[in-house]
Amino acid sequence: MSLANVYSLYRTMEDENVILSFKGIVTAELLTSVLHIMEAKMDSMHETPRIRKKVFNVLVECLQNLYHHVEESATPASKELLERKSALVLIVKEQDHFIVKTGNYIDVDKAQELKDRLEIINSMDKDGLKEYYQSSLNNSMVSDKGTAGLGMIDIARKSGNKLDFEFLKINNETSFFCLNVKID
Amino acid sequence: MEKLILEASAKTPEVVFDPAAGTLLLKGRSIPENSIEFYKPLNDWIDDYAENPGSQTVIEMKLEYFNTSSSKCILDLFKKLEKLNGTDVSVNWYFEEDDEDMEEAGEDYQAIIKLPFKMIEVEEI
Repeated sequence: MSLANVYSLYRTMEDENVILSFKGIVTAELLTSVLHIMEAKMDSMHETPRIRKKVFNVLVECLQNLYHHVEESATPASKELLERKSALVLIVKEQDHFIVKTGNYIDVDKAQELKDRLEIINSMDKDGLKEYYQSSLNNSMVSDKGTAGLGMIDIARKSGNKLDFEFLKINNETSFFCLNVKID
Repeated sequence: MEKLILEASAKTPEVVFDPAAGTLLLKGRSIPENSIEFYKPLNDWIDDYAENPGSQTVIEMKLEYFNTSSSKCILDLFKKLEKLNGTDVSVNWYFEEDDEDMEEAGEDYQAIIKLPFKMIEVEEI
């Protein structure tokens, strides 16, 4: 990357009101640090407890999704595989709301499954989501990592907005999943 | 039977399970990546407590945040307590003013679990 590009990348983030960004592999340590930094930031920005808690909650779920996603993939052997485990996390602060943005690679077949689930979630109103969450909580099996597939439903409930997402096709096996969660 | 006492950490709540008083307290945040690992000793303790519980058992839930991975473990914990014999079990669910999400989380469990819930609004947990 040329020096001019460093500035243009910085400018883009500044203009888009990015207050925190990370690109790389989401580890447990990274997760702890990002949460810590965001809590301190929101404290200094004098956000209301309500919005602070919602942003924190959504961020926890988004980061832990990325963390478990990395864990599921095979041990990386090549540079290409390492890149596939890498993710992007951006936190944007607009006048009256926050946006948590994430991007990560995903297998094409898993992408379809996730897309279907997100569409179901987006078709529901507040009460529908509440019922869906309760039945998933009560009926779902927990994987050995302790994830129960509740994350996206919870993110949608806490955000109070429709989930904005897109799957970009990279090649026949891989897509890139972009998620935008608005919190107001 | 021994008390179960765990100090709070950045990702796990304070735990005080007191068999003599019949109170089970969870306080703070529960956001570990691997919640099953954290909740295992709590479940084991309840299994022991089930052998000889006090006449009353009160679960004091004073959580500030919990992740969805913990939510399933908390449900399993409630389900275990629901099955206790020879003791009156109830849940005190605390939430901070304006924390509609934590209030709703209490309602979620209330809809699934057949234990009496008392919803308690406080200024700060």
